[in-house]
Amino acid sequence: MKMNAHPDDEKPVIEVQGLVNTFGDFNVHDGLDLTVRRGEILGVVGGSGTGKSVLMRSIIGLQQPSAGRIDVLGRCITESDLEQGIGVRRRWGILFQGGALFSTLTVGENVEVPLKKYYPELDPEFRAEIARYKVMLTGLPESAVQKYPSELSGGMKKRAGLARALALDPELLFLDEPTAGLDPIGAAKFDRLTRELKETMGLTVFLITHDLDTLYEICDRVAVIAEKKIIAVGTIPELIATKHPWIEEYFNGPRGRSAHATHLHGEQA
Amino acid sequence: MHSAAQHLLEDAGEGYSRLVLSGQLTLAAIAPLERALKAIHAPVAAVDLAEVDEIDTVGAWVVCRFARRHEADITGASPEAERLLAAMRDIDAAGDTHPHRLPVWERLPLAVGERVFVARGGIYGVVAFFGQILIAAGNLIRRPRRFPFKALVHQMELVGVTALPIIGLMSFLIGIVIAQQGSVQLQQFGAEALTVNLVGRITLRELGVLMTAIMVAGRSGSAFAAQLGTMKLTEEIDAMRTIGISPIEVLVIPRILAATFMMILLGFFAALMAIIGGAVVGQVALGIPFFTFLLRIQEVVPVHDLWVGLVKAPVFGLIVALAGCYHGMQVHGNSEEVGRRTTMAVVSAIFAVIVLDAFFAVFFTEIGWG
Repeated sequence: MKMNAHPDDEKPVIEVQGLVNTFGDFNVHDGLDLTVRRGEILGVVGGSGTGKSVLMRSIIGLQQPSAGRIDVLGRCITESDLEQGIGVRRRWGILFQGGALFSTLTVGENVEVPLKKYYPELDPEFRAEIARYKVMLTGLPESAVQKYPSELSGGMKKRAGLARALALDPELLFLDEPTAGLDPIGAAKFDRLTRELKETMGLTVFLITHDLDTLYEICDRVAVIAEKKIIAVGTIPELIATKHPWIEEYFNGPRGRSAHATHLHGEQA
Repeated sequence: MHSAAQHLLEDAGEGYSRLVLSGQLTLAAIAPLERALKAIHAPVAAVDLAEVDEIDTVGAWVVCRFARRHEADITGASPEAERLLAAMRDIDAAGDTHPHRLPVWERLPLAVGERVFVARGGIYGVVAFFGQILIAAGNLIRRPRRFPFKALVHQMELVGVTALPIIGLMSFLIGIVIAQQGSVQLQQFGAEALTVNLVGRITLRELGVLMTAIMVAGRSGSAFAAQLGTMKLTEEIDAMRTIGISPIEVLVIPRILAATFMMILLGFFAALMAIIGGAVVGQVALGIPFFTFLLRIQEVVPVHDLWVGLVKAPVFGLIVALAGCYHGMQVHGNSEEVGRRTTMAVVSAIFAVIVLDAFFAVFFTEIGWG
């Protein structure tokens, strides 16, 4: 976390311009633009199959787009391939949907992997210590450190995956459906954790979700993908004001309304 | 901006000192500072962070740990640093992340003991698995309409038809080698005509079936283990069970039957190809015309040699498929297990085939089929 203002601070963390992704004859994205500002939690929503995950994979360089330009943390992703050390990878962390933990390593060893890769000069003991506090920072018990992923529940796997994503103290965190498959209590706890970590570590968060509660509780802005583009970005009241039929249905449907009610209730209390 | 993490000890009176930290307290720059702080044993009353440019959780962790060890106060922290320190303060993470390891003298007997128990469990497991297969086969005989014909035909294609080129080529080359090497030795006795007997008998009785079994173990036994193992990991097999479909009936039985039947055909095919290979050597190097070589085979090879091969083949096929399916169904936990079980399936199948082959050799000689 920077203590004094830096010239980079005003620049967007992620800038996507004119992104086109084509699979066979089918265009998933066609001229998609998106900007993520420093220090915000941006939620990305959209129906199934609208290419939310493809967008994230394009931004992190796992999917080579057919056209368009993507800049992350001031570096152009689209012009460099993933295998080249483009220097931004140590500045971001990614939580995949199922956690994507390395199944043959313990949770602690999983967190150590990026540390070993980028900071081999650290003492092994110190590295283990960092891994350990990162695991505990995500709310897992100390005993989880030595467990293998197959011994963890779904929610614990997500937390362990988050610990690995946070291993390098990233500036930018990608979360792919972090609360999917968690019970409501676990999901609410995970939301709170995301918010807390964002505030303590000064993170920028790119978050894909279907969870309306997550959108209401922690997102600063929400981007809506539909019709192969980002059709709107803004706070939830701003989105509803656009009167787009899909957005209306999304936020004013029964689930949208109950999430909103919960949110208001929470604020009053 | 990119100043490394610095530390300075100032005298704070009464034998205590004050630690002043400056520069970058981040993961990228912390390693030397971390080592230096570990080496400080003199009493420290306070840690001052006013000069720090940048701090992340690792820096906060190092400061917190140091302050805790020395019971020192932390001063001069910016609001951001204070927030990080507050998050780190409640965490006590001093151990290590690796699985606990025992010393060698305890680990060795433990490992031996575990192996013994695993071996015992393995024997029970195989017997139980064979029992499950028999029960499932019994169910299928009683309700033949449930029999998975499609899967059986598909597996027969995979195990048998697609293996023809590689097994054909392998056997052809083995036939050439036996004929060529055998004739060199037999020439010393002026008995190169006996090359025909050598090639015909050894391929029909032994090598055709044995080499085919080894090839099928490598090709299909490993595939069975890997397929079933992956299905176990992705919970496909559990899903089948909950729907009321027996995985033994639809997955294991077709594979076992396919391997058993196709081994008979493949073994015979392998022997034929080896004989053709031998006949080619006969034509080229020994002056025995190709068709004369084949006709001599009929005269010098007793029919029971063919039967020996045909009796052994299905048994070997059964063993290979059983090992593959058993190890596949034993997979649980992680993806490493799939690889381990696949290896075990191939190794145990080949071992069992060779042991049984030795037994068969003695058995058939004893009953007069020498």
